[in-house]
Amino acid sequence: MHEIHYEAPTSLEQAVGILAKHGDSARPICGGTDLLIQMRAGVRRPHYVVDVKHIAALTGIAFDPKSGLRLGAAAPCIEIFENATLRRHYPGLVEAAHLIGSLQIQSRASVGGNLCNGSPAADTTPALIALGAVARLVGPKGERQVKVEEFVVSPGRTVIQPGELLVELLIPPPPPHSADAYIRFIPRNEMDIAVVGIGAAITLEGDRCTAARIGMGAVAPTPLFAAKASQALVGKKFDAVAIENAAQLAIEQASPIDDMRGTAEFRRHLVGVLTRRTLERAAERARRN
Amino acid sequence: MAVKKEAHHKYRVVGTRPIRPDGIEKVTGRALYGADYYFPGMLFGKILRSPYAHARIKSIKFDKALKLPGVRAIVTADDLPEADRKPQQMGEQQVSPYYLSCNVLARGKVLYDGHPVAAVAATSPHIAEEALRLIEVDYEPLEPVMTADEAMKPGAPILIDDLRNQEEGPDQPTNVATHLQFKRGDLAAGFDAADCVIEREFRTATVHQGYIEPHASVGIWNPDGHATVYTCTQGSFTVRTLATKVLGMPEGNLKVVPSEIGGGFGGKTTIYCEPIALLLAKKTGHPVKVTMSRSEVLRATGPTSGIHERVKIGVTKEGRITAAQVWMAYEAGAFPGSPMAPGAMTVITSYDIPNLLIDGYDVVVNRPKTCAYRAPGATAAAFGVETVLDELAEQIGIDPLDLRIMNGAHEGTQQPFGPVFKRIGFIETCEALKASEHYNSKLTGANRGRGVAAGFWFNAGFQSSASVYVNQDGTASVVTGSVDIGGSRASMAMIAAEVLGLPIDEVRPVVADTDSIGYTDVTAGSRVTFATGMAVYNAAQDVVRQLKERAAKMWECTPDDVEFDNGVLRTRGDVLQPQQLTLKELAARFIRTGGPVVGRASVSTGGAGAGPAFAAICVDVEVDPDTGKVQILRVTIAQDVGTAIHPSYVEGQLQGGTAQGIGWALNEEYVYDSKGVLRNTGLLDYRMPTCLDLPAIETILVEVPNPTHPLGVRGVGEVSIVPPPAAIANAIYRATGVRMRELPMSPPRLMKALQEHRNSREGQAAAGR
Ligand SMILES: Cc1cc2nc3c(=O)[nH]c(=O)nc-3n(C[C@H](O)[C@H](O)[C@H](O)COP(=O)(O)OP(=O)(O)OC[C@H]3O[C@@H](n4cnc5c(N)ncnc54)[C@H](O)[C@@H]3O)c2cc1C
Repeated sequence: MHEIHYEAPTSLEQAVGILAKHGDSARPICGGTDLLIQMRAGVRRPHYVVDVKHIAALTGIAFDPKSGLRLGAAAPCIEIFENATLRRHYPGLVEAAHLIGSLQIQSRASVGGNLCNGSPAADTTPALIALGAVARLVGPKGERQVKVEEFVVSPGRTVIQPGELLVELLIPPPPPHSADAYIRFIPRNEMDIAVVGIGAAITLEGDRCTAARIGMGAVAPTPLFAAKASQALVGKKFDAVAIENAAQLAIEQASPIDDMRGTAEFRRHLVGVLTRRTLERAAERARRN
Repeated sequence: MAVKKEAHHKYRVVGTRPIRPDGIEKVTGRALYGADYYFPGMLFGKILRSPYAHARIKSIKFDKALKLPGVRAIVTADDLPEADRKPQQMGEQQVSPYYLSCNVLARGKVLYDGHPVAAVAATSPHIAEEALRLIEVDYEPLEPVMTADEAMKPGAPILIDDLRNQEEGPDQPTNVATHLQFKRGDLAAGFDAADCVIEREFRTATVHQGYIEPHASVGIWNPDGHATVYTCTQGSFTVRTLATKVLGMPEGNLKVVPSEIGGGFGGKTTIYCEPIALLLAKKTGHPVKVTMSRSEVLRATGPTSGIHERVKIGVTKEGRITAAQVWMAYEAGAFPGSPMAPGAMTVITSYDIPNLLIDGYDVVVNRPKTCAYRAPGATAAAFGVETVLDELAEQIGIDPLDLRIMNGAHEGTQQPFGPVFKRIGFIETCEALKASEHYNSKLTGANRGRGVAAGFWFNAGFQSSASVYVNQDGTASVVTGSVDIGGSRASMAMIAAEVLGLPIDEVRPVVADTDSIGYTDVTAGSRVTFATGMAVYNAAQDVVRQLKERAAKMWECTPDDVEFDNGVLRTRGDVLQPQQLTLKELAARFIRTGGPVVGRASVSTGGAGAGPAFAAICVDVEVDPDTGKVQILRVTIAQDVGTAIHPSYVEGQLQGGTAQGIGWALNEEYVYDSKGVLRNTGLLDYRMPTCLDLPAIETILVEVPNPTHPLGVRGVGEVSIVPPPAAIANAIYRATGVRMRELPMSPPRLMKALQEHRNSREGQAAAGR
């Protein structure tokens, strides 16, 4: 019979040691809201599951106005959207975390797991990309940092090497007059996976946009940073023309597929609609900051 | 909720809303559902399923799997006797035991993704699952046929080699199992007499009943050939008939114990796990439990048919329908037996139309064998007709409800397939909706629209048995064989309490197994409160008759001289000296007056059954013009419910059916890949509406008593699912100007239609310039 060993290390060193020893047959588990389902379906069949929720370095949430946010990879979504500081400074990330599953799922699910699962449709990933988040990894060979938009390499595969763990996400402090937002489209009003999800963070000086980043989910094999669309906004007057231009550039970059969640044609259309809506929502918030 | 009382309520218990007797067990988690049974030495069964939509099985090797420690037995179709091919009436349905057997375990060919091929029993579910990986099946893949259109094309791959139909003759292999036709009057003359004729084409998707409890059964086999199966089903006696036919054993040798049931909606009126659990139990000598996962439920249990429909209807400018023609092809799934016939029998039966032609085709395709789903066949059929009626009403400029009222069937109208309606409430139902606050309210705001539609369902009758036992303390128990899905325990207790003059909490309703009560057909077809309720009513009357006899003996008079009223027996004052005794007092004397009083009754209420039911619905929607997403803002459903025994449960039925109809309309569909493998095998991607997708569903109970039932009960469980898809399509049209003729009206599909509509308008505007 297929045996599964459960390990619950309390330090990073222990965790990395166990993961390195068992290589491909080991798998970190955080909330398990992706992994357990994949194990039941027989998609992943690890012999060792290494629970990362008992490692202090992975569970903290610390905000500093100068250095920004250190978001522990294992912090559950519910702690993110119940955190007043995060709601204030990163409303887009909070709304993405709030969308994941139900209350039960949110109490277990982590942003780290959402990213490491490597789904192109993960809700928090476009929000992280919009914020310019960087992932800090620790492994047998030491530590490294990877931009979130470079983290996922293909559906279900990430840059993580055997033995490595995602420790935390490093998010810069929000500049003055800036804000973020995340909007996804789903056919129902809850309990769905994004057909398309768009995250945006922008900074407005008066009616000019001085910085912008747009992240896109479910429009390509991996979550994307919409570089051209973002750059096109910078230094321009933030108006309907600029928004439309950004939306068109975002559509151009998208390379979606037909599946049970929507057709490619529909997804391209939604990239335009949601880019417009997300930028408008972020701008409305930025004007208040 | 509004209750329009047409029935004169002379009742004491009927029409009230007591707490359900099974409520506490259910909300405290104590009630036993299919998967909750455990027995000493029990093994766990798992089913190996086909990864192909259509393939020949060349060989199955399971020696490796059998060697896995913990594996106790493996079964395939070879372990089943070759069942009879001739269709037989089994409870509600015509079934060929052979096809049924081939669906339980594939014989020679697999006909859909998920078709069971073999099953394993092992000491743990994990070992059983591991063993499935070790079974080697050699398949020869064949070209899948996924739609009725493809299956009906000349030269299409044939699913069932010996399938024939009368029209094509004995030499022609075919995928068309049946062609049914109803004709009346002179169609051509009818269309000639019309001022406006509209002809349209429609398609609906395969949808699942979506019951929350997956199938589960435990089989126990005794060495003497007697067996027991604990199972989650809508009909324990149906399971007994079907399972014994498939297993080739005498019916009396199988006891079926029904568990509580977490929904069925028609999908639990056949067998899947039962014969497999029994077969594995027979082979191992241990109890064996087989439970399905959600993905097994979606891949391999009863969805209902997707259909292709063409509708042509003509009206005069005054609004009189002169002729109608409907052509429908139903996808039966892997074996014959779609709900095409009830679809054809309901599609336009709400209306009194002189000239008619209805054609229906039952077509096999490489999808799971369909099973009944709430008003089987009627919802998909009504989608086309009720949409065309909306268009016609608009064309001739009359209110869409008025068009329905003007042409509505009433007492004396002949149905397209022959029988004449008795007292029915279709027109009253449409009038109640028309008079509702909702229909008369103003709908404001951009991208919003209101639509209406109506629906018809026959309701079944069939057979039921009931016993009523009076206890020594004067309380009573009511025993039936009807599995309680929609609160029928409460209704059965209420009916007995009404007749016996007892308070509701002194009547205990019991659902018995097949050894403990007379034959009773499935909990389906909206028949339980009608037919089982009639048996309970008669059994309680049987008790009353016996009570009168006892009292007459004591008072030395004839039973005719004794009256029974509200739990009290009295001599008829005009004849004799006044005497009086309560039921309780008499019960204490049973020991001296002839022993316990046992009332019993059985009924066979025929196919026409629980009296025709009609529903009409009004839906307000808002469409997001940028994404094609539809929000349901407000829904009101009016339904002719006969006498509402427990109005809350009647309302629950109306709301439940409406909710399912909304899901069917908006997002539910089976999505297959190009090879015929089902892609959305979970409830994440098989999108039923969640609480956040539904408004509170308002109900109007129109109580037109059914003349064929002593309390006026009419079936209420099904018809509410029929009108929502058409009403929503009509509302979307009012909101956007786009007519949707394909289900589901999901965001990608509606968005595409909106864009095409805008482009064509721009095109027209440009041409006009
Ligand atoms: C009912 C339901 C609804 C859902 N709804 C949504 C939704 O709306 N939007 C959405 O995006 N997702 C949704 N999900 C998916 C899932 O909940 C999220 O992806 C969640 O964020 C995963 O987090 P987790 O902590 O549970 O991850 P786990 O399942 O524990 O892990 C996921 C993957 O990441 C790896 N991993 C976890 N932590 C680390 C680490 N620190 N270092 C390296 N690798 C790691 C694991 O090995 C595994 O491969 C839903 C799931 C369910 C069951």
